[in-house]
Amino acid sequence: MLTINSIKNGIVIDHIKAGYGMKIFEYLGLDKADYTVALIMNAPSEKIGRKDIIKIENAIDIDYTALGLIEPNATINIIENEKIKEKINLKLPERVENIIKCKNPRCVTSIENYIPHVFYLVDEEKGEYRCKYCDEIYKVHDK
Amino acid sequence: MLKGRHLIDPMDFTKEELNEIFDYAELIIKNPEKYSHTCDGKILATLFYEPSTRTRFSFEAAMLRLGGRVIGFSEPNSSSVAKGESIADTIRTVSCYADIAVMRHPKEGAPQVASTYSSIPVINAGDGGHVHPTQTLTDLLTIKSRFNRLSNLKVGFCGDLKFGRTVHSLIKALSRYENNSFILISPKELKIPDYIRDEVLNKNNIEYREVEKIEDVMGELDILYMTRVQRERFFNEEEYLRLKDSYIIDGEKMKKAKDDMIVMHPLPRVNEISYEVDEDKRAYYFKQAKYGMFVRMALISKLLGVDE
Repeated sequence: MLTINSIKNGIVIDHIKAGYGMKIFEYLGLDKADYTVALIMNAPSEKIGRKDIIKIENAIDIDYTALGLIEPNATINIIENEKIKEKINLKLPERVENIIKCKNPRCVTSIENYIPHVFYLVDEEKGEYRCKYCDEIYKVHDK
Repeated sequence: MLKGRHLIDPMDFTKEELNEIFDYAELIIKNPEKYSHTCDGKILATLFYEPSTRTRFSFEAAMLRLGGRVIGFSEPNSSSVAKGESIADTIRTVSCYADIAVMRHPKEGAPQVASTYSSIPVINAGDGGHVHPTQTLTDLLTIKSRFNRLSNLKVGFCGDLKFGRTVHSLIKALSRYENNSFILISPKELKIPDYIRDEVLNKNNIEYREVEKIEDVMGELDILYMTRVQRERFFNEEEYLRLKDSYIIDGEKMKKAKDDMIVMHPLPRVNEISYEVDEDKRAYYFKQAKYGMFVRMALISKLLGVDE
């Protein structure tokens, strides 16, 4: 297995379902980072078989709501002085605003562009959200 | 407390709040004269972004019979909407002039948006193929007035159960009351959507069956709720021809029905109920339209808080 140095201060996003690492990497804008970052793909995992890992050598602000939506099974480790200071388990947020957009062409959000796109979680297991306005279902796993 | 509230979704009100509206509607039905000035000096705005003469007349008649007045537009071309005004700005402006607003809109969720920016109560009078809550109130009041209860009923829904929003809303609403069961009569192309079957019927352990032919179940029903089956919804002509007569109620089929059952329909009908059925005492669809006006009178009064 590849060896990647452990980081001193920063964030490790672990247990990312294999294949989703790049998506998160792009979402966090890490391709433009001027600090050290590592994207490890298809690493063996006892828990989920194969996983992706992202290591960020910098204390950056992350929107956990949006991250939870991309990969709710990921875990976040906040590292300080080479030690895990905090562990955060992500989960699907109850309410999301302006992260996902309603795809229903008959939804009022398609014509009134000033209103926020709001979705509520209806089924955590299936990863289903419902549009606040038209009740259209958005499936997180179909993304 | 219903004063100042909006009605956007058929499930916005609790059963107790619905009862409050139905009780008030029944008082109005018994003595309409007594309530003919309760909205003196109040203005209802009817914002119809698509034409719906029947619904608009029902709301306007309701307000006029309460002594109030009505302003509004019946199609967007004759309003500021044609100039590109947003829903938010329209409702903010209307809030300055009127005491309560009714909105019909082709886009789903539009009345919900309006309610966010409104300082007066907003009533959803139908938003695209989404919901039409005052139709549900109409249906419930009709049933309650006829049977004196909203529970222990066997209700058949017949026709287009896939796209029929009135059917979906009424199934949801009746599922809140005890011991109701449903017979869902439709061609297989037009069965109820999965979310109604899973999230409403199965989730609440409600007894239901899905059948293709109305003849087989006619004798079991307390209520037959008819909807129109459109030719263009079928995959092929052969299937349409095979089933179309099964979704038309006539005198012959009514012979198999119970004496004390009723036939309902949200109207307008095309040919799914033969004219000969109109004379049958069990034909309730025109009474239903009248209950629609009464329930809107009660709703307007409650949201304005003029009922005290």
